[in-house]
Amino acid sequence: MRTFAYILHKAGVVDDSATELLTAAKKLDPGASPIAIVTGWGPDLDSVCDRVRTFYGEVWKIGSEALAYPNAELVRSALVKVLPTGSVLLVAHEHFGIDLSPGLSVKLNSAFVSDVLDIDGVEGTQVKVVRQEFGGQISTHVRCDVSSGAVINVRPGAFKAANGAPVLGQIVDMSDEVGALSAKRRYIETLVAESGGVDITKYDVLISVGRGIQEQGNVGIAQELADAMGAAVSCSRPVVDAKWMEKSRQVGSSGKTVKPKVYMACGISGAFQHLAGIKGNPLIIAVNKNPKAPIFQVADVGIVADILEFLPELTNKVREARGISAKAGGRQ
Amino acid sequence: MEILVCVKRVPDTSENEIVLNSAGNDIERDDLVFSVNEWDNYAVEEALQIADRVGGNVTVVTVGGEDDEEVLRREMAMGAKHAVLISDEAFEGSDGKGLATILKAFIEKGNYDLILTGVQADDGCAQVGGMLAAMLDYPFASLVNAIEVLDGKRIKVCREIEGGNKEVNEVDLPCVLSIQTGINEPRYVGMRGIRQVASIEIPTPCAADLGIDPATVGAAAAKVRRVDYFVPAVTKQAEMLQGSNEEIADKVIELAKAKGGFR
Ligand SMILES: Cc1cc2nc3c(=O)[nH]c(=O)nc-3n(C[C@H](O)[C@H](O)[C@H](O)COP(=O)(O)OP(=O)(O)OC[C@H]3O[C@@H](n4cnc5c(N)ncnc54)[C@H](O)[C@@H]3O)c2cc1C
Ligand SMILES: Nc1ncnc2c1ncn2[C@@H]1O[C@H](COP(=O)(O)O)[C@@H](O)[C@H]1O
Repeated sequence: MRTFAYILHKAGVVDDSATELLTAAKKLDPGASPIAIVTGWGPDLDSVCDRVRTFYGEVWKIGSEALAYPNAELVRSALVKVLPTGSVLLVAHEHFGIDLSPGLSVKLNSAFVSDVLDIDGVEGTQVKVVRQEFGGQISTHVRCDVSSGAVINVRPGAFKAANGAPVLGQIVDMSDEVGALSAKRRYIETLVAESGGVDITKYDVLISVGRGIQEQGNVGIAQELADAMGAAVSCSRPVVDAKWMEKSRQVGSSGKTVKPKVYMACGISGAFQHLAGIKGNPLIIAVNKNPKAPIFQVADVGIVADILEFLPELTNKVREARGISAKAGGRQ
Repeated sequence: MEILVCVKRVPDTSENEIVLNSAGNDIERDDLVFSVNEWDNYAVEEALQIADRVGGNVTVVTVGGEDDEEVLRREMAMGAKHAVLISDEAFEGSDGKGLATILKAFIEKGNYDLILTGVQADDGCAQVGGMLAAMLDYPFASLVNAIEVLDGKRIKVCREIEGGNKEVNEVDLPCVLSIQTGINEPRYVGMRGIRQVASIEIPTPCAADLGIDPATVGAAAAKVRRVDYFVPAVTKQAEMLQGSNEEIADKVIELAKAKGGFR
């Protein structure tokens, strides 16, 4: 079994997942020396390869002007050309991995396992992995037959980056193997998200509401608390999907990354895509009516309560503590 | 434009708490409330809006059993013109590739310009759409949150990438897209709407009807198989605040102040 890791990078900077995939590869096969695959073009590609060789023993560099932007269809064609049959390829499970891997596994005629959190044992060609379903409410063991190879998508952050001694891996230029590439899907441009009226990345305290807020009319309850505390209201994705709040208020992998001092998660279950947006190790206070909600395993402080009842009480207390009258701290 | 939307019936996570059963080998399935996978409902709405804009028909399809018919009727009540239930014992235990193989066989009997799936099923792997596209040799885009039909041959789609940014792509038709939640506001379906489509006959092709070799689907062909469900050991647990809401509120204020959150 030869193990490969597809390296994500942007503007010449290697993504954190590159070292995490190395850890996952070692867990899959402690004796393996996984090979990093880097696709791209120009000086960025070279600097990324130079960086990646400090922790991977071997780096396959695939340079092509067509790969300057990582279009999954083009990357797939390139990988199909270079990967030996039976290879196991590790890919980070984020927007690019979701785009690339299922189709790649079809073209390689290998197995695909998605969003892997842990590797729980290897017996011959059977790999047992840990996944989650239902937004992290429950875990599963999944058995995958890797006898004809596999593409394994690994959840970002699930494997700790190893602090191995630096190596000086060799860079193998595979560009010639790839040749001309064309696709039926063409990248045009990236539209950068608008920052919105309230910039949630600038606040020390965030009152963050999830689906548990139940309806748009209730968002005001969180806003009142935020006003009393001098905080801002942020939210999870379903709140944006339902158009109750602006996209610019969303915390998470497909929303904003925030670094507050205090993050109060109200009616938020704790899905990894949401948690991915909370950085800087804030005090996380979770309020949820379900004592088994996964958020209680990441929060520092937990409160089992109905947010519609608890938040107004907290608001009153905060106003008392800060000497604010109810009117002054009223709804905006 | 002929549009096909692949839909799946799943336990509704907003109606149920998903817990382990007493035997510890499956989720507790008694009293589960099912609904159409949230992503798929957005996909159906998107298909209906496209058909409204440029003309065409929307078909919904699911691979499953008798129980799954209810979600097809629901999506017909939303406005899908046709529904198909692909069903065969041979399909049981199929992995993602098995499902994609089944859907591919069905799609090849039709003439679809655009095929939509959800990004992922609540109990799934975010895989069926991408696999299906690769098997059909159609282009694919995942995490789609906007679609614009350019002409009969091309569409423009936005993909949701990091930080709320959008990646704009031009895609040749026919293609497969996996639809992200929030792309639109799915219309409401009332009981009346569902009653109106209650008696419409839903075709239920089996493996033989679609020319599917049973050896390529089902448990025997599956390289990937769920072994069990479990609840992982708790590695970290929040300090749970006890007492009256007032007492808890005082404590929260104290903690937030200590952290420098506010004065
Ligand atoms: C590619 C991709 C990207 C994503 N990006 C993001 C992202 O950037 N940000 C993000 O947030 N999500 C993202 N998601 C979605 C994510 O997977 C979860 O679905 C989402 O975070 C769940 O939001 P939630 O916790 O508000 O809702 P749910 O998971 O439905 O949880 C609601 C919680 O509220 C509790 N509750 C209900 N009523 C009350 C009440 N009255 N009082 C107290 N508690 C109550 C429930 O017990 C439950 O725990 C993404 C998903 C995908 C597939
Ligand atoms: N049994 C099924 N029948 C029809 N479509 C399905 C089925 N399973 C999954 N899909 C489609 O594939 C998408 C992704 O599912 P999954 O790969 O299982 O997460 C779903 O949102 C559906 O659109």
